[in-house]
Amino acid sequence: MTTLDFRHVTKQYKVRGAGDMLALDDVSFTLTSGQTIALVGQSGSGKSTIAKILTQLERETSGEVLLDGEPIPRRGKGLRAYRQRVRMVFQDPFASLNPYHTIRHHLERPLRLDKVVPGDQVEDEVRSLLKRVRLEPDAVVDRRPHELSGGQRQRVAIARALASRPELLIADEPVSMLDVSIRLGVLNLLADLQRESNLGVLYITHDLATARHFSDEIMVLHHGVVVERGPADDVILNPQHDYTRALRDASPDPDKHFADPAGPATPRS
Amino acid sequence: MTTDTLLTVADFSVVYDVEPPVEAVSHVSLELRRGEILGLAGESGCGKTTLAYGIQRLLKPPAVITSGSAVFHDESGEDVDINSLTIDEMRAFRWNKVSMVFQGAMNSLNPVARVGDQLDDVFTTHRPSLKKAERTDEGKRLLDLVGVGRDRYRSYPHELSGGMRQRVMIAMAMALKPQLMIMDEPTTALDVLVQREILIQISQLREQLGFSVIFITHDLPLLLEISDRIAVMKDGKIVELAPAATIYRQAEHEYTRRLLGSFPSLTGDRGDFIRGGQHEEGDQ
Ligand SMILES: Nc1ncnc2c1ncn2[C@@H]1O[C@H](COP(=O)(O)OP(=O)(O)O)[C@@H](O)[C@H]1O
Ligand SMILES: Nc1ncnc2c1ncn2[C@@H]1O[C@H](COP(=O)(O)OP(=O)(O)O)[C@@H](O)[C@H]1O
Ligand SMILES: [Mg+2]
Ligand SMILES: [Mg+2]
Repeated sequence: MTTLDFRHVTKQYKVRGAGDMLALDDVSFTLTSGQTIALVGQSGSGKSTIAKILTQLERETSGEVLLDGEPIPRRGKGLRAYRQRVRMVFQDPFASLNPYHTIRHHLERPLRLDKVVPGDQVEDEVRSLLKRVRLEPDAVVDRRPHELSGGQRQRVAIARALASRPELLIADEPVSMLDVSIRLGVLNLLADLQRESNLGVLYITHDLATARHFSDEIMVLHHGVVVERGPADDVILNPQHDYTRALRDASPDPDKHFADPAGPATPRS
Repeated sequence: MTTDTLLTVADFSVVYDVEPPVEAVSHVSLELRRGEILGLAGESGCGKTTLAYGIQRLLKPPAVITSGSAVFHDESGEDVDINSLTIDEMRAFRWNKVSMVFQGAMNSLNPVARVGDQLDDVFTTHRPSLKKAERTDEGKRLLDLVGVGRDRYRSYPHELSGGMRQRVMIAMAMALKPQLMIMDEPTTALDVLVQREILIQISQLREQLGFSVIFITHDLPLLLEISDRIAVMKDGKIVELAPAATIYRQAEHEYTRRLLGSFPSLTGDRGDFIRGGQHEEGDQ
């Protein structure tokens, strides 16, 4: 079992002319394989900073991050190996894919660099990755990102993250830029993949409803401080912290709005 | 709320005359009632903004209105066919009778002008008879009204949060007491707490002042809570228009149901979100 430990992590950004900005204040949590944690909070609360520290795009100011008890390697081969085990899916699939390269190229690269399969099996592996994210390989493998829909692009980004067979996945607002009608499809796909591969997933979102349904646990971040954490249903249905309650009450909830005995909701299809 | 009609849109179509042409709004008909909040829901690209622009004659080439009309039934009793107005009449009409909060509006304030001066400009242009002191009074009153507070009258936009800037845009849209405010994704870029405050404010102002609102967003759960009626748009067409409770309880159109199903319930059952289950693919 893989265990990622975020221990008493503090992050201070230097802001020109404005001194220091405390983005994370003594944040601790543990993510293990097979576990899904949603990290929720308003914009600016520090969610992406956690993701960036986990992938070492930013360095913590104090505290430590341990993978199976070992500090994250800061550079070189060690860091590469770490990044193979802990992968990231970004919010904007357009920005994270290279417009000049085909989908095949995007998936071959991590397969070859991380030597996931022998060279003569790379093509098969590319196709199998595409199938795993429910894309038809023949229809997309020779295309470039702009020739795909937003949802297809995000599926490619997920396939690329899975290529190195990671144990943990950090997904920072993975569906918030997608059209509403395809968001659930992509999230359901992530949920399926998580189960199939026993992935640990940190699902970062500002959307409480998907946080609740996607994850086992929810952590609520407010001004860089984790103010509440617990089983997903408890945190949403019975929040203990005022801030969590405020977020919950402000989120649209038509089921509550229309809750009266007058009749059931429209069957949804 | 009276059941009077404020706006009648009939068989309204807009085509972007590009290659190949895009029929962004296709034979839309709807009636907006005086004092009502009409939600206009639909996914990006379905034609919401084009429709909103079209009924205010804000469209520019290559957009062409290819059919239909939009008639405004003024509280004076006069009917105004928006397509027949001259440019000058249109300009006056737009601020006085109908105003719009544009998508991404909070970023469209002039960064080098004080908020108060930008409000003042609206009055200078459209209410030339007002004296300076009256304009200032009115501007400050508006900032109070939208919850920004008159002490921000001399602030620059960058000194305000996104939510405050959006409220300033709403204040500007309300400045001339229009009978209709069209709001295009007014809270999409804001956090839920700020969004909720602004929604409450809009509802209260609507109660106090009695204007109608066309509220545009892809966020159907939000519309279900704030709208009197909801029009669901897909591929340029209104596929369903009904009271919010009807959309919630017994939506008729397949697409409306699908859109409803796209939003997992915050406090209710899992609905379409089935971990590890079998799902339809939405975008293949
Ligand atoms: N590179 C940076 N330099 C300075 N401040 C930053 C930087 N990145 C983020 N911040 C600040 O840190 C806080 C947390 O940001 P972020 O982690 O991006 O929040 P979230 O993802 O929850 O919106 C914000 O106040 C943000 O402005
Ligand atoms: N200037 C333009 N030229 C060509 N097509 C356009 C233009 N503006 C919008 N469209 C197209 O018209 C359709 C409706 O767009 P829009 O009204 O912006 O939708 P929404 O506001 O619902 O997202 C889309 O297919 C869009 O690509
Ligand atoms: Mg972020
Ligand atoms: Mg739009």
